[in-house]
Amino acid sequence: MTTAIQNHSSHDHHGPAKGIGRWLYTTNHKDIGTMYLWFSFSMFLLGGAFALVIRAELFQPGLQLVEPEFFNQMTTMHGLIMVFGAVMPAFVGLANWMIPMMIGAPDMALPRMNNLSFWILPFAFAMLASTLFMEGGAPNFGWTFYAPLSTTYAPPSVTFFIFAVHIMGASSIMGAINIIATIFNMRAPGMTYMKMPLFVWTWLITAYLLIAVMPVLAGVVTMMLMDIHFGTSFFNAAGGGSPVLFQHVFWFFGHPEVYIMILPAFGIVSAIIPAFSRKKLFGYVSMVYATGSIAILSFIVWAHHMFTVGMPYAAEVFFMYSTMLIAVPTGVKVFNWVATMFRGSISFETPMLFSIAFVILFTIGGFSGLMLAIAPADFQYHDTYFVVAHFHYVLVPGAVFSIMASVYYWLPKWTGHMYDETLGKTHFWLSFVGVNVTFFPQHFIGLAGMPRRIPDYALQFADFNMISSIGAFLFGFSQLLFLLIVVKCVIAGKKAPAKPWDGAEGLEWTVDSPAPYHTFEKPPKVE
Amino acid sequence: MNEQQTQVSHLGVVWKSLAVAFGMLVFVFVGLVPLYNLICDWTGLTGRTAGKYEVTDTSIVEDRIIKVQFLANNNGDMPWVFKPLETSVEVHPGEAKTVYFHAKNNTSIEMVAQAVPSVSPFQITEYFHKTECFCFEQQPLQAGESVDMGLQFIVDQDIPEEVNLITLSYTLFDITQVAKAN
Repeated sequence: MTTAIQNHSSHDHHGPAKGIGRWLYTTNHKDIGTMYLWFSFSMFLLGGAFALVIRAELFQPGLQLVEPEFFNQMTTMHGLIMVFGAVMPAFVGLANWMIPMMIGAPDMALPRMNNLSFWILPFAFAMLASTLFMEGGAPNFGWTFYAPLSTTYAPPSVTFFIFAVHIMGASSIMGAINIIATIFNMRAPGMTYMKMPLFVWTWLITAYLLIAVMPVLAGVVTMMLMDIHFGTSFFNAAGGGSPVLFQHVFWFFGHPEVYIMILPAFGIVSAIIPAFSRKKLFGYVSMVYATGSIAILSFIVWAHHMFTVGMPYAAEVFFMYSTMLIAVPTGVKVFNWVATMFRGSISFETPMLFSIAFVILFTIGGFSGLMLAIAPADFQYHDTYFVVAHFHYVLVPGAVFSIMASVYYWLPKWTGHMYDETLGKTHFWLSFVGVNVTFFPQHFIGLAGMPRRIPDYALQFADFNMISSIGAFLFGFSQLLFLLIVVKCVIAGKKAPAKPWDGAEGLEWTVDSPAPYHTFEKPPKVE
Repeated sequence: MNEQQTQVSHLGVVWKSLAVAFGMLVFVFVGLVPLYNLICDWTGLTGRTAGKYEVTDTSIVEDRIIKVQFLANNNGDMPWVFKPLETSVEVHPGEAKTVYFHAKNNTSIEMVAQAVPSVSPFQITEYFHKTECFCFEQQPLQAGESVDMGLQFIVDQDIPEEVNLITLSYTLFDITQVAKAN
């Protein structure tokens, strides 16, 4: 132990290693966080490119650009890559960068496992993306991979998809365990649980969701694997199984999964809004309890994704009311953010713009979610573009905007430079307009009955689809501006002070900008 | 890194977290799946019928007539001819009745089929008993061969008053590949 400590302390005075080895062998939470974020951004561009293929095909009715089979592969790969490749790794990257600095820890609890959990991800996604070049094509059964589409009728590449999901699951579970261990054991003296920043709280709860449901995902794809290759009949009606069972198990994972993608966003927004309102966060304790309640409720609402599957009346009613119950803690959160801004001395820097847009647009997505929760009405909305509009409103201007807000908010800390505020605001407005032009009309075409995941549509949907496609291209290409802003900020820019935002609070602002390679080797005192 | 933090052991929390993750994985296989089947059997949801029924009460309720309809469907591209010889029969509760379904393999290869039943309305699945059914067995047929497959059923004496029509549907699955593998 003593030698280990000596070795470590002599190592501490060194900067990062040189060359590619720095990134391959690093156990530094900041390096790993950076790699997670860049990986996530590259997946965001890839998944975005797939989305643009979809929107290009839907620009006009009829079949223009791609074959229907390829269209199906695009919707599937877009969903899988955005969920597992873009949103989740981005939040893990932010957790890696910020949680140790927020709780006054020198690094993550398990740095070597941290390296492993990142480095298996590129392999998982290389394997998933390689299916596009395989005979029979990539997975084409939708990101929800319902059996028997994903078993009996799946292309041969489904096996690669299954193993890719296994690897992603292993990565997420390792990342979650690391975060739990860090938050439990590495807090600076005086950093009690109820003093932790909300980003740390929401990530602690998210990590628990991850270790609870990623094994369920691993289990369900394993059952698929066994059905396909080993002659079992979990989902095969001919052998006594049930395709409906697949949907139950999948959504038992899937609903907590959607909160995995939004709870850290709540934490980010709860850090940024007080900073730019120059007020303390309104209702900190209620925020913590609301997050916990949402997490617990997420386990008992899964069947609202499958109201039309033929459930008894009692089940429809139960899942309808339990789903609506989630609006209560979520409403508490929205109320608290608004109350934080109320009579604050607000300034509108880019992170704040993204956060305010988050609050407004996420709430719109929440309301359309409430509409979908009404079981009798859901029979009309089910599997239409209304559903697409709903979950894109909570995921794009919800989760993705919060990630962008956090990047702008912490970029000065990461790089030591200020980003270009004018370009940042331009990026915000382009994204804001792009997102709404893309997804708002989808509410209307959904209510009018346009089904999702179909490459062609009836003529009456043509105008709204054209508008939607134009918005999608605007939003998609605006993200290249985001790339430019970040690269520019990494290379050069106005020197950032330790605390560039005068209303910001938290331990991360007590260290220099850019944050030194090793921070809090001596734990800070938290009063 | 200061000494105090270095000495914190993370093993406890890591093992506990791994136990949760592993527990959930096991739960999917030994918890969720059996639970789903149990709920289906209890409630009759999905219209699943039980296995072979042993007759305990041979009384017949003469003053009630229940109409039982039969449907036969082929799953996916299953090429066999598959149809009930009678599309509906009328029975008294407690009376054992035998009906036949015709199946013919029109292809030029030997195939194996499995019929999967579903009863509607699903609330009465526990009142619909089969004493013999072709759906209990796999059905192989040579190329061009045909067969009349028997089903003997009894409608329970205690079937709820409001029910006088039952629909029994069979879906025929091609399980040649699976049967070969086993």
